[in-house]
Amino acid sequence: MLVSDLIKLIDAEEQTTGVLDQTIACGYTCDLLSWVMAKGKANCAWVTVQTHMNVVAVASLHDMACVVCPEGVRMEEASVAKAAQEGIAVLSSPKTAYDICALLHEAGVPSV
Amino acid sequence: MFSRVFPVQKGMFDTAGEASSKIKKILKKVGIPPDIVRDVAIAAYETELNLVIHSLGGELTLSVNPEIIELISQDVGPGINDVNMALKEGYSTAPDDVRDMGFGAGMGLPNVQRHCHEFQIASELGRGTTIRAKYFLKNN
Ligand SMILES: Nc1ncnc2c1ncn2[C@@H]1O[C@H](COP(=O)(O)OP(=O)(O)OP(=O)(O)O)[C@@H](O)[C@H]1O
Ligand SMILES: [Mg+2]
Repeated sequence: MLVSDLIKLIDAEEQTTGVLDQTIACGYTCDLLSWVMAKGKANCAWVTVQTHMNVVAVASLHDMACVVCPEGVRMEEASVAKAAQEGIAVLSSPKTAYDICALLHEAGVPSV
Repeated sequence: MFSRVFPVQKGMFDTAGEASSKIKKILKKVGIPPDIVRDVAIAAYETELNLVIHSLGGELTLSVNPEIIELISQDVGPGINDVNMALKEGYSTAPDDVRDMGFGAGMGLPNVQRHCHEFQIASELGRGTTIRAKYFLKNN
């Protein structure tokens, strides 16, 4: 699945612009950064309500594909700019983290 | 053999993660195997964030030679009261505002231990904490 496919799947808005062709290999959801640090993988789609700069640091250290903010949460502009620089897409979806993960799973994307 | 020092300031959340990001890029560039780059990046990130959150300031030092990568985190205080407690999963003294940002799961030091080949920690109240994580590049 590509980031562009995920955008359609979860009715997301891309906060970054044009970071669409990354492949999504797996998914994870957690708001505790050192859990994500322990579990994160390359090309992961990470669902979190955290929006600050350090989310991007964690995503980037793991070469993740995208960060997904659920329930209409939007990432801070400074973090979005940093993510774009690192080639990580930032998506905001009206769906809950639960629904986003369920849809990813249904579409065949495994857990980390 | 080369060695680089990255100063890390207390409380600087906006730039937190930059030292570990640089460390990751350097290791990638000199051709260190990807799984070791990932392990060092995890250890660097966790020790860097601990410097930002828990210390009065300090630095990360990365040393690389053909056999060993060594990552050292050193700070100027306040030191850790009970090191064995600090190494336990789930133990954290992070304040509430920092927990709200998603830190303070008490998983940082266990992550470092799990992602290095040799781990050492020494701490003295009033003086500071030194953490060494080593990675052996041959026979691994
Ligand atoms: N450099 C340091 N100086 C002083 N105390 C430290 C330092 N590093 C860690 N500690 C102490 O050790 C505890 C455990 O650290 P650890 O990194 O495992 O968890 P945490 O930082 O509290 O949470 P997390 O890393 O999961 O966000 C900290 O809460 C803190 O009390
Ligand atoms: Mg920590």
